[in-house]
Amino acid sequence: MSVGPAVLAAPPAAARRRYKAARQLARRPAAVIAFAVVLGFILVALAAPQLAPFDPTAIDYRALRKPPSAAHPLGTDEVGRDVLSRLLWGARASLLAGVIPVTIAVAFSVPLGLLSGYVGGWLDGLIMRINDAMLSIPFLIVAIALAAFLGPGLGNAMIAIGIAALPTFVRLVRGTALAIKTEEYVEAAQALGCSRPRVALLHILPNTLPPLFVQMSVTVAAAIIAEASLSFLGLGQQPPAPSWGSMLNAAQRYLSQAPWMALYPGLMIFGIVMALNVLGDGLRDALDPRYQ
Amino acid sequence: MALWLYVARRLGVLVPTLFFVSVLIFSLQQLLPGDAAVALAGEEQDAAVVAAIRARYHLDRPIPVQYGLWLGRVLRGDFGESLRNRIPVRELLASKLPVTVELALCSMAIALLIGIPAGVVSAARKGTAVDVIANLLALSGLSVPHFWLGIMLILLFAVRLGWLPASGYVPPWEDLRQNLTSILLPSFVLGTGVAGVMMRHTRSAMLQTLGADYVRTARAKSVPERLVVLKHALRNALIPVITLGAIEFGRLLSGAVLTEQIFAIPGFGKLLVDGVFNRDYAVVQAVVLVSASLYVILNLGADVLYFLANPRLRGSA
Repeated sequence: MSVGPAVLAAPPAAARRRYKAARQLARRPAAVIAFAVVLGFILVALAAPQLAPFDPTAIDYRALRKPPSAAHPLGTDEVGRDVLSRLLWGARASLLAGVIPVTIAVAFSVPLGLLSGYVGGWLDGLIMRINDAMLSIPFLIVAIALAAFLGPGLGNAMIAIGIAALPTFVRLVRGTALAIKTEEYVEAAQALGCSRPRVALLHILPNTLPPLFVQMSVTVAAAIIAEASLSFLGLGQQPPAPSWGSMLNAAQRYLSQAPWMALYPGLMIFGIVMALNVLGDGLRDALDPRYQ
Repeated sequence: MALWLYVARRLGVLVPTLFFVSVLIFSLQQLLPGDAAVALAGEEQDAAVVAAIRARYHLDRPIPVQYGLWLGRVLRGDFGESLRNRIPVRELLASKLPVTVELALCSMAIALLIGIPAGVVSAARKGTAVDVIANLLALSGLSVPHFWLGIMLILLFAVRLGWLPASGYVPPWEDLRQNLTSILLPSFVLGTGVAGVMMRHTRSAMLQTLGADYVRTARAKSVPERLVVLKHALRNALIPVITLGAIEFGRLLSGAVLTEQIFAIPGFGKLLVDGVFNRDYAVVQAVVLVSASLYVILNLGADVLYFLANPRLRGSA
C-alpha cells in the first residue's frame, strides 16, 4: 500500500510542470529583469559592510545635511551620517521585514488553511469566520494597531505585519485545498487507504504551492511597504539603526533644506517593490494555466 | 435566486464576521500591559479612587461580562470617552468621518478618471507601445510607497513651485476653493494607487469582452470600432470594475492612514495614529471597529451590485 499513493502523486509530472514553469518565466524578459533586480537587492543587503563607505551610525557634526558630493555621493543626513551607507545597511532591515513576516504568515496559514479546507465541518466554519473578521480590518490598520500594542521595534513590527498578512494566506490555501480535494487523484489516494494527514501533506499541499508562491512574492512587497510605513510612524526600526522608513521619517522634517534625504530611501522602496510585483505577475503567468 | 434571499444569505455571514471583529478588537484591549483603572486614575494613585473607577467602568467584572457591557454600549453608539480630549469618542468620529469620506470620494474620482480610460485604451491597443506604457504606469501606481509620493509631491508643488499648500485642511463650508486645493495632492496620491488596480482590472475585463462572440458579431455587422469598444465591450467590462470600485472605496476610507498623517488632514487615519501615540485606546478601538464595519458593509454592497448587474447569477440556483 505504501507504493500506491507515491505512484499516484506522479512526481515526474510535477517535476516536468516545475521545469515548464521555470521556462515560461524565463521567456518573459520583464520577469527576468525583475528577478535580477531582486537578486541585486539581496546581494547589496548581504554585502552592506563591504560596500558601505562609512559606518551607517557614525555621527559627523562637521557634515550636517551636506548635499551629494565626492565624499558623500548621496549626501549626509541631519546629524552628518552618510546617506549611501545608511541606504545600503537599511536594505537589510527592509528585506528582512519583507521575508520574515511572510515566513510567519505561511508557517501558520498553511496548516490552518489545509485543516479548514480539507477537514471542513465546524472547524472550517470557525476558522473562516475569524479569518473573515481579520480580513475586514485593513492590512495596515491591523499592523499599526498590533505594533502599537506590542511596542515599537523592528522585531515587533515584523510580527505585527506577519499576523496582518495571515488571513489572506489562510483563505488562499483553504480555497485551493477545497478545489483539489475533489480531484480524482485525491479520491484515489483516499480509496487506497492513505491517512488524512498523508493526503493533506503529499497530495494537496504540493498543489497549493503555485498560487502560494505568487501570493508570497506580492506579500513580500506589501510587507516591505508596511515596514517602511511603521518605521515612518516610529513604530518599526528604532534610531540610530537605519531603515528606509525611518530615514524618510527624519527626512520629512528637512524637506526644503535636504531633499536628498527623502529622495533615495523612497526610490529604493519603489525599486524593490516594483521588481517584486513584476516578478509576482510573471510567476502568476507562468504557474497559472489560465494565464498561459 | 431572489435578491432578498441572496442578501439574507450574505447577512448570515456578515453578522458572525462583525461579531468576531468586535471580539478581536475587545481582546486587544485585554492584552494591554498595565491596569486600565490605574491608567484612568492618572495622577491620582489613591486605592479608593482606583477601586471606584474599577467599579464604575465594570473592570472588576469577569471578562465575558465586560465584553457584553462594552458591546451593548457600542451598539447604542457609545464608544466611551477619549482619554486625551475628555470628549465622547462618538463626537470625534462624527467630526472626522466627513473629512475622510471627502478624501475618499475625490481619490476615487481621480482613480476612475485615470484608471478606466487607461484600461480601455490599453486593451483596445493590446501589445502596442501605449499598452506597455499604461501597464508600466499602473504597476508604478501599485508599487510606489504612497507616503513617499506624498512627500515628493509636497516638495515639488508646495516647497519648490509654491502652487499648492503643503499640508492642512480647510472645510468646504469655510472656503470651497481652499478646500479643493488642500485636498488635491492627497487625493492624487491615494488615487494613483487605486487607478493602477482599476486600470489592470478594466484591461483584463475589456480583453475578455473584446474576445466575446457578440463583439465579433457587432464587428461583422461593420459597427464602427469606436462603438464596438465603447458600447458593446466596455458596458459589460464595467460590471466587475464597478464592484471593485465599491471594495476599493471601502479600503480608501481606512487606507488613508499615512497620507492623512503627511498632509495633516484631520480624518480617520490621523485620528487612529494620534490615538495610538497617545495610548487613547477607546479611540483606536472605535476607529478600527467603524472602519472594519464600513468595509464589510461596502463589500456587501459590492456583492449586491454584482448580483444585480449579472443576470446569469440571478438565473442560477
